[in-house]
Amino acid sequence: MTATGAAAGERSPAGGVRGRRVDLSAPVLAVLGLGLAVLVLLPLGWLVVYAVTDKAGALTAGNFVRLATDPTFVTPFLTTLAIAIGVAACSCLVAAPLAWLVARSDMPLRRTVRALVMASFVTPPFLGAIAWEILAAPNSGILNQWYCWLFGLDPWDSPLDIYTVTGVVFVMTCYAFPYVFVLVANALDRIPADLEDASSILGGGRWRTLRRVTLPMTMPSLLAGALVAFLQAMTIFGSPAILVLPAGFHVLTTKIWSLFQYPPNPNLAAAASLPLLFVTVLLLQAQRRLLGRRGYTVVGGKSGAPRTVALGAWGRWGALAFAVLILAFPVLLPYGALLKTALVRTASDPLTLDNLTLHNVAFVFGEFSATQLALKNTFLLGVGAATVATALALVVSYVTARRLVPGHRILGFLATAPVAIPGIVLGVGLFLAYSRPPISLYGTLWILLLAFVTIELPAGYQQMQAAFRGLHPELEEASRILGATRLQSLLRITAPLLRSSIVATWCFVFIGAIRELSATIMLTTANTKLVSVIIYDLNESGDLGAISVLGITLLVITFVVVILANRIPGFGGRSG
Amino acid sequence: MRDRLIANAPLRGAAGRFPPIAAAAFALALAIGCASAGARAAAPAPTPVTPDLIAAAKSEGRVVFYTAVDVQVAEKLGAAFEAKYPGVAVQVERSGAERIFQRISQEYGSGIHAADIVDSSDVTHLYVWKRDGLLAPFVPAEVAEKWPADERDADGCFAADRATLSVIGYNTKQVKPEDAPKSFADLLEPKWRGKIVKAHPGYSGTIMTATFELSRALGWDYLEKLGKQRVLQVQSSTEPPKKLALGERPVMADGNEYNLFELKEKGSPVEAVYPTEGTPLIAASAGVMKDAPHPNAARLFATFLFSQEGQQLMSDVGGVRSFHPDVKEKAGRKPMSEIKLLKSDPAEQEKAVETIKQKYAEYFGT
Repeated sequence: MTATGAAAGERSPAGGVRGRRVDLSAPVLAVLGLGLAVLVLLPLGWLVVYAVTDKAGALTAGNFVRLATDPTFVTPFLTTLAIAIGVAACSCLVAAPLAWLVARSDMPLRRTVRALVMASFVTPPFLGAIAWEILAAPNSGILNQWYCWLFGLDPWDSPLDIYTVTGVVFVMTCYAFPYVFVLVANALDRIPADLEDASSILGGGRWRTLRRVTLPMTMPSLLAGALVAFLQAMTIFGSPAILVLPAGFHVLTTKIWSLFQYPPNPNLAAAASLPLLFVTVLLLQAQRRLLGRRGYTVVGGKSGAPRTVALGAWGRWGALAFAVLILAFPVLLPYGALLKTALVRTASDPLTLDNLTLHNVAFVFGEFSATQLALKNTFLLGVGAATVATALALVVSYVTARRLVPGHRILGFLATAPVAIPGIVLGVGLFLAYSRPPISLYGTLWILLLAFVTIELPAGYQQMQAAFRGLHPELEEASRILGATRLQSLLRITAPLLRSSIVATWCFVFIGAIRELSATIMLTTANTKLVSVIIYDLNESGDLGAISVLGITLLVITFVVVILANRIPGFGGRSG
Repeated sequence: MRDRLIANAPLRGAAGRFPPIAAAAFALALAIGCASAGARAAAPAPTPVTPDLIAAAKSEGRVVFYTAVDVQVAEKLGAAFEAKYPGVAVQVERSGAERIFQRISQEYGSGIHAADIVDSSDVTHLYVWKRDGLLAPFVPAEVAEKWPADERDADGCFAADRATLSVIGYNTKQVKPEDAPKSFADLLEPKWRGKIVKAHPGYSGTIMTATFELSRALGWDYLEKLGKQRVLQVQSSTEPPKKLALGERPVMADGNEYNLFELKEKGSPVEAVYPTEGTPLIAASAGVMKDAPHPNAARLFATFLFSQEGQQLMSDVGGVRSFHPDVKEKAGRKPMSEIKLLKSDPAEQEKAVETIKQKYAEYFGT
């Protein structure tokens, strides 16, 4: 096997006989394949088993029949689809212009705007949902109160009601659009000026260039982002649980969660996840067909710096105003609401000097016995999961992008498959798979690590894949022609070029682990509490002050880690 | 033994006071007395607190308390215990009773024994755990001497550590007292459509018990009609009072009386209403787990929980009602003797849990 592997690795444009080199292809494939298979297929396998059996363990199609005919399942599924489509569309509408403004125009304070988008990415969606509850609850919401006071309206006539489908689409978009933004902005950063210059030289105006050159170049990123936003919206648990349950209806994830209330019905829950899987696979196929065979490599050996578009005096400040307005919704307003709620005793007390109190801070850090343990666990798991998932994503995307071994397509599929499994169902699958001998991990932090790595791997893999797709092999091949081994080329040519993507992926996964709630809620026990779970628990009992303090603490920790990670130069700018 | 218990009951207690809860408890005793007579296995002798127990608890260092009571009340109780017995830390795991039940099933099903002592506002949970052999028989001395017979298990596996009522409430700034609903039937009026907040029986043991009691007193028709009132659906029974104080909705259909007391005493504009048809009574019970990781600390904490000190703290700080005869309630809280109560039947309630959840999902949407 080593000989064949060596032969495959030695095939090079120049031909000829090489000396012995360390070739890791076969063992790497074996380890990767096995690892991914266990990671992904084991919970999936248990899910399928549960979906086709009934409570007694006998084979049955009854679960699917029930799903298709029972309106208490069909309605949530349709609602979920509608919400997801809305979120994907709105995210693209918001993120694409913003990304263009930040990456290609001379709008002032671009770095600040990028940082604010990063902030909205860092914010856990469930925390954002709670903050928006504080802002836009139909009668007690801060915005509603201001509006009624301003226009002298009766309190019951307030305009905003966050406990609706529109409300939940809005809040989800706030925290899903950064995915689209990051992907599109990175792509725009990399498109060299020569293509657009060529278009101008041939007579295309600004708009034409934008439409016929820039937009198609960013299309894969836009679609990838839209897909991620859609899937996030379909499979997320936290924000819908907080916003639609009070309105008295379910989405699919909350319905699945309700099936685990005593007495639990895991069979039906497993069966309910399969339509989600089906939809995702369809979408991934559609994306592949849409993108076709066009090449999207733009970082070749002959690139020039991207060109910025001058907006003119009015245009620059108008663009900034637009950006700030957009960012008020996910970042400025919610953070303000959380800060205010943290410092007053009851959330609806006006913010006057007499109402300020540190009671909530004292409670969270002094009296609440879960705080310290939860903070420690969250931090440990975040760092651990980010490191493991990034390493895994890097290796897998390298293998698939360079087609190093036969069967790389299966690896790619396995790495992307978890995106189709709703977090909460993956939580169940992991619980079923790892809470029995011989591998009994339930009740430890390891099962949470597995959960986070599995959930975040697809996003990390997609990011690394997009980065690799934009990197033409000619640079590595040049290096290898000149005598470097594959590993040396990887370390000295490819990795530095991808450095910003690697750091971005690490941060992506770290943040994803921090804001994860759907699977976590199934897998935590008293000693493995995480901050996301205790915030959710506190929200179910209405302790808004404590939630705000914990939420702000979580945000501060995440910001500090991300800023420290980004001290490594290369992220967000033009270098790298 | 039953005679001894009744003899020691507060009716003829040395202090001569007539605690409000005793009347209700005694009435309950008459109803359930016959049923419990048969279950009178040998309850363990009451265990006093010895220096050995305290030393053993300190060497264990920690007690894990799963509870459904409001988290701030639980943490204050834990802090008081830690002050009295330094060296034993209290880890509070607070969630809705139905959620706690789910967690314990999951944990014990995987062989994880994390909980030392569990308090649940759905007493049927304690019955199930006792039946499954999860509870350790342990009777603190005060429970043996002072508790009414029907608020404690005959085999000594659990006892009622607090009681509360699920009341109707309203925000006094938004609703005038004369316009406020006075009964459950009043809640069905069109003027309250879209103005009610209500908690969920799938999360809260208090609400599960209250819904069971309501379904028996008023029938499922009533709940079906209430479902059409477009209520704001929250989860925990601690939340409706908080939503009232927030000003989000003017009326709550159910929720903990003790949270209303707490908020009112801190100056929030809320007020409780005891419905004319009767107010659901919820007796939350606590028991020590047999496979507790810190058994001595668990027993020490259980003793504290049921002691006059612990019960008085919960009454003062939390506003819960107590079965301990020496607990003095704050002025301004309506005594139990003046309230018409709706009571539960644990055996019947256990059978009805599935139906309740199903019908609730049908009428209220989730």
